[in-house]
Amino acid sequence: MAVLAHSAGESGRARRPNIARERSPFVVALHDAGITALIAFGVLLPLIGFQTVQNINEVLVLRTRWPLLFSLVAIIGASRFVYAVSVAPWLARRAARPVAAAPPGWRSLVGRWFVPFAIGFVIAYPAIVLFSAGFRGALKWVDNFGIQILIYVMLGWGLNIVVGLAGLLDLGYVAFYAVGAYSYALLATHFGFAFWILLPLAGILASFWGILLGFPVLRLRGDYLAIVTLAFGEIIRIVLVNWVSLTNGYAGIGGIPRPSFFGIPFTADDNGFAAVFGLQFSPIYRTIFLYYVILALALLTCFVTVRLRRLPVGRAWEALREDEIACRSLGINTTNTKLTAFAMGAMFAGFAGSFFAARQGFISPESFTFLESATILSIVVLGGMGSQIGVAIAAVVMIGGTEIMRQLDFLKDIFGSTFDPTQYRMLLFGFAMVAIMIWRPRGLVATRSPSVFLTERKTIAADLVKEGHG
Amino acid sequence: MAEAIDTLLRVEHLTMRFGGLVAVDDLSFEVRQGHIAALIGPNGAGKTTVFNCITGFYKPSEGRLGLRHGKPAVWDALDALTDSGARRRIHPNGTLFLLERMPDYLVARQARVARTFQNIRLFPGMTVLENLLVAQHNRLMFASGYTLLGVLGFPSYTRAERSAIDKARDWLNRIGLLARADDPAGDLPYGAQRRLEIARAMCTDPVLLCLDEPAAGLNPHESAELNELLLAIRDEFAISVLLIEHDMTVVMEISDHVVVLDYGVKIADGAPDAVRNDDKVIAAYLGIAGEDVQSVEAEVGL
Ligand SMILES: Nc1ncnc2c1ncn2[C@@H]1O[C@H](COP(=O)(O)OP(=O)(O)O)[C@@H](O)[C@H]1O
Ligand SMILES: [Mg+2]
Repeated sequence: MAVLAHSAGESGRARRPNIARERSPFVVALHDAGITALIAFGVLLPLIGFQTVQNINEVLVLRTRWPLLFSLVAIIGASRFVYAVSVAPWLARRAARPVAAAPPGWRSLVGRWFVPFAIGFVIAYPAIVLFSAGFRGALKWVDNFGIQILIYVMLGWGLNIVVGLAGLLDLGYVAFYAVGAYSYALLATHFGFAFWILLPLAGILASFWGILLGFPVLRLRGDYLAIVTLAFGEIIRIVLVNWVSLTNGYAGIGGIPRPSFFGIPFTADDNGFAAVFGLQFSPIYRTIFLYYVILALALLTCFVTVRLRRLPVGRAWEALREDEIACRSLGINTTNTKLTAFAMGAMFAGFAGSFFAARQGFISPESFTFLESATILSIVVLGGMGSQIGVAIAAVVMIGGTEIMRQLDFLKDIFGSTFDPTQYRMLLFGFAMVAIMIWRPRGLVATRSPSVFLTERKTIAADLVKEGHG
Repeated sequence: MAEAIDTLLRVEHLTMRFGGLVAVDDLSFEVRQGHIAALIGPNGAGKTTVFNCITGFYKPSEGRLGLRHGKPAVWDALDALTDSGARRRIHPNGTLFLLERMPDYLVARQARVARTFQNIRLFPGMTVLENLLVAQHNRLMFASGYTLLGVLGFPSYTRAERSAIDKARDWLNRIGLLARADDPAGDLPYGAQRRLEIARAMCTDPVLLCLDEPAAGLNPHESAELNELLLAIRDEFAISVLLIEHDMTVVMEISDHVVVLDYGVKIADGAPDAVRNDDKVIAAYLGIAGEDVQSVEAEVGL
């Protein structure tokens, strides 16, 4: 009997692959798509299928949205079908092929020209926009896209020092951004100091707070560090909300002086920028000026970071990320090294914060929520920890992407006039992140470029580079 | 007394307790200038714990760990230093350190005790060359004006970095890894990683080099190369080496002095030949009681 059962099991196991081979890939894909659609239906039913709205009597009523639900489920099922039929076999074939040794020529060409081209493009960007969109249209493109993205590029690069180089998971980075913004706002409104004086001051104050936080916190590692920095971010925000006499609480601080062009204000009157230079008044001049200020600040951040990476501090940061105990055995004071990383990252956040306050003219605690920290951190993680180019690309995609989502009014024609694309920003955001994490688990640019070389600079594969452990 | 004169490291009554477990029990020994001393013993004897105490990674429960730089005469100040509560005492002709009072990174930076680890701890995602530059961190940090001058690109830093690279190149040449200088350390074969870890420790300019099982996992050829490297370190640089080793042949070939630990207690201390024939050592290694050694030896034909 035992022998019989055994042989039956054997043959059963032997036959199974045959069955799979007999089923056509089409049927398999259909099966796959059906299951995916079913799961999507289950997940989306409560999320999208039902909506609660207040009716005229201010009573919550449940409304159903079957067409939207079913179209989404259909889209997901269809995508899975297309994936299973076309992409999956291609991926399997690609995985089966041996990895090509040398990268194709175009890739190294792109690598060589990408940075100069990108810098040239961002310098010429306002002119390009002015040319193609005109004075009125350009405002949106320079402000919402250009300046907004560059702020996040800068914040990403700043956080990259802490997370990407030193390997310290900081979930409260926005606190230093807030310190910078409030430093500028308070000192400028109360004492009337100029932007260019307060900019470095805000950076110094933020890095001071970074050190202050760092002292007790940096002996913690991994999850503990993450939780405490998260709490610190919240504490700063809650203090800003509650210290009404200083910060004006939720109402925020308004009327923050705007930066001037080396003493010439961007106003419509006779000694304003436009009048002095014989131009017709337009808000675009200030915006373009701000654009170049943040561009210079971002490039400064990048320059300093690249420079620091090649100095002993930068190498010690990376060594710390790789192995803290080995660092100590080599005589490196790891506490000080972590503190410098923290202070350096905080300083750039302070710069960005004071710029933000100067650009907005109004700040409130709303701008410094945890979501902000999470956005900056995901820019760093998606970009590839430690990579300057990767972080910049991730910021452009993530922040540019959300801005574009605000502009997609044509979707209203498809999904009806009540459909608000901005509400789905976060959903798409999440999808994009999941997709990138599947496609490139270590971020867009995961390889590490050595800080020094003897004969040849060889990039280091991602799987060797440690991510740090707090 | 002549023996004590050129003592570099003096371990006295070192005891390390982990809760109820006494990992090292009242251990005393000395490492002499320019010697290779070996610390041997069965697994779990407490050898790594001794290293961790010497290098400041553990704070000993009891005991005194003295280390001198400069003239042997500085030892005279040992008791005065102990009473003073300070970490070190600087004399015109040398400095005396009490290692048990120093945090790990200062043991490496000021007392200049370098170490390797039983499970190799390189910086795997950094290149071989970068590993050796991180080891010269403190000197480079000073040359870069604690980063300020370095960011501004001062030539003094460029010069210091060049000499640091030259030093790294020397060591890579010595350990046969020059051709792999720009490869990530994590890509090296095991034996090369061991050698790189030793070179990295040497780049900190130590007076005492502590190696935790450097020959573990090496094949006989690599093991012979390692012996040569260690002898070269001792003879050319006049650096003392304290070595943990399992492989008795390595120990017997190169060490000048052997200390044997068993369950945290020192059971023998002396020249390799004397230790090799010590009944207690044989018993500890064979895992039998001391009285039975003769009969077991007869059985296995020693
Ligand atoms: N950090 C620690 N905490 C608790 N026990 C430890 C610790 N480090 C070592 N030990 C214990 O001390 C004893 C000696 O260990 P170790 O020094 O690693 O031995 P060896 O290196 O000679 O093999 C072992 O029983 C080990 O479990
Ligand atoms: Mg051990």
